[in-house]
Amino acid sequence: MRASRILLWTFGALAILFLMAPVLAVLPLSFSSGSFLFYPLPGLSLRWYADFWTSDFWLPALWNSLKVGTGAALVAGSLGTLAAFGLWRAEFPGKSLVMAVLLAPMVVPGIIVAVALLLVFGPLGLTNSFTGLILAHAALGAPFVVVTVLAALQQFDAVQLRAAASCGASPIRAFLRVCLPQILPGVAAGAVFAFATSLDEVAVALFISGPAQRTLPRQMFSGLNDSISLTIMAAAMVLVLLSGLLLLAVTLLRRRSP
Amino acid sequence: MSARWKAAALVAPLLLFLLLVFVAPIGTFLFRAVQEADVAPVLPRTVSVLADWNGAAMPGDAAFTALAKDLREARTRDQETGGGAIARAAARLNADWPGFRSLLPMTARRIAAAEGPPREALLSISEDWGTPAVWGAIRRAGGPVSDFNLLAVLDLKRDAAGGITAAPADEAIFRGILWRTLWIGALATVICLAIGYPLAWLMATAPPRWVPFLVAGVMLPFWTSLIVRTAAWMVLLQREGVVNAALQATHLITEPLPLLFNRGAVLLAMVHILLPFMVLPIYGSLRALDWRLPRAAMSLGASPLRSFLRVSLPLSLPGVGAGCLLVFIQALGFYVTPALLGGANDQMVPYFVAFYASRTVNWGMAAALSVLLLLAVVLVVALYGRLVGFSKVRTA
Repeated sequence: MRASRILLWTFGALAILFLMAPVLAVLPLSFSSGSFLFYPLPGLSLRWYADFWTSDFWLPALWNSLKVGTGAALVAGSLGTLAAFGLWRAEFPGKSLVMAVLLAPMVVPGIIVAVALLLVFGPLGLTNSFTGLILAHAALGAPFVVVTVLAALQQFDAVQLRAAASCGASPIRAFLRVCLPQILPGVAAGAVFAFATSLDEVAVALFISGPAQRTLPRQMFSGLNDSISLTIMAAAMVLVLLSGLLLLAVTLLRRRSP
Repeated sequence: MSARWKAAALVAPLLLFLLLVFVAPIGTFLFRAVQEADVAPVLPRTVSVLADWNGAAMPGDAAFTALAKDLREARTRDQETGGGAIARAAARLNADWPGFRSLLPMTARRIAAAEGPPREALLSISEDWGTPAVWGAIRRAGGPVSDFNLLAVLDLKRDAAGGITAAPADEAIFRGILWRTLWIGALATVICLAIGYPLAWLMATAPPRWVPFLVAGVMLPFWTSLIVRTAAWMVLLQREGVVNAALQATHLITEPLPLLFNRGAVLLAMVHILLPFMVLPIYGSLRALDWRLPRAAMSLGASPLRSFLRVSLPLSLPGVGAGCLLVFIQALGFYVTPALLGGANDQMVPYFVAFYASRTVNWGMAAALSVLLLLAVVLVVALYGRLVGFSKVRTA
């Protein structure tokens, strides 16, 4: 092996270490029997997970996150899939402008969305409400569904739709029975992306949700701002496991798509 | 119905949804940057009289009469409805002419009982009513729209005659914050590129059985929550944290180092969080590269370095461009990480948007700063579209 390859591998390994190590280094702290945020651990225990499980804040926050994420994924998934199908089906006037609007939530800084929604949702009664938070997170997740489903549709042969139509299927039936089954992995992956976006979102949740809609990341943010307890590390562990499951789901879905 | 209209009808629900819960709220919010809605309802007559005033000399008796009448009525209205209209107008005027926050309510209270001609009554309540600057502030805030907030976030203001001048030094903080935001964003992008390109190169050239591990090494952190990664850095770097404890245990230091709440901590965490956004597009374009081309260059006598610089690097530039775009744009919008890991001098524009919206409820300034931030983002995206184009973007 040439020297330059050795150098490249060393550099790459260090870069991966930099990416992986910080989170891996702090997660074991959640199994500490003490309450310090450094090593060595005085002993092993599950007391911080018990605290997570029994406290008035953490478990409800987890349920809220799952609830909001599921709602956002359903809204973004259904609207996004329809839109992607329409974008793929035909050219229409103003398509690039429409595309710019559909993808805008990906580039607009989250804090601007959060403050704007606080201003506008307030008088509409959509702050301090699950509906408002789900709508906001659905808007932020929708572009990921559009992009993912568009990519899945690239692999789909449009001739099949004409074949279905000539066999007497209505356009809706043709979409549901011929197209949707083939792009379903892409649709599901898009919904998972939308769910993950919601699960990761702090700014909007911080500004427009009330105590009853506290999500897990928001609860972590308040905890970090206040005083760091090891329960936060237990919550981090829960979030890492959830993200791991989502990554696994997307990887499996990618493998299933043609 | 033609195929195009059917296609458009399928896109319509999401488009409508985003227009309602995304575009319209942001538009409404950004309009607050120029909207002047606090002063005119309280001082309608004064504002209309001052519209004809030249701004240099003192306004005439008509303005004093109008102000006295407006304030008496506004005070009665505030007392009847319990609303704080005068206080809101005073807060807005105070941003232009410091002192108004107390001057306006105090004048409203005393003018209610005052006798005699309005000019003498007002001047006896406060001599400030004898300075044109005070009246200029009312005229500038008379609205319906003004450039007051937009100028303020550029450290500019209008003088009594309406010309644009520099804001006083103690208020001129925003250009510094903007440069700081762009500088931190640029630094994060450059560092991500310096680490990300070699890593992507390794991923694209490694033996196939190693590739899944390298990809997993980038994807796992990529999927980990931003808040978890920020929390990890906090726990690592804090005074009683993992790094300080380890350094003390190995006797490298005796006193804990101040690793948190500084620029270094913010940059470290930002690079950590944004690095995958750089690596994945570059990896995508390197993987799609026809590796026979650099080999052909070398067989024609080019050195490996020359073949890289003249063949491989130019072919991977679309990935580099996409990575830099993604990292820089996201860096400009970073709020949570600097808020938790940075000190007072490391906060960027998003922090001040949040500050004005939540702490002082000054929607005008929050919106003006947001306009600035969005302009920066749009400019970068447009520049990218011009230089690279969007059709060439590939992601892994």
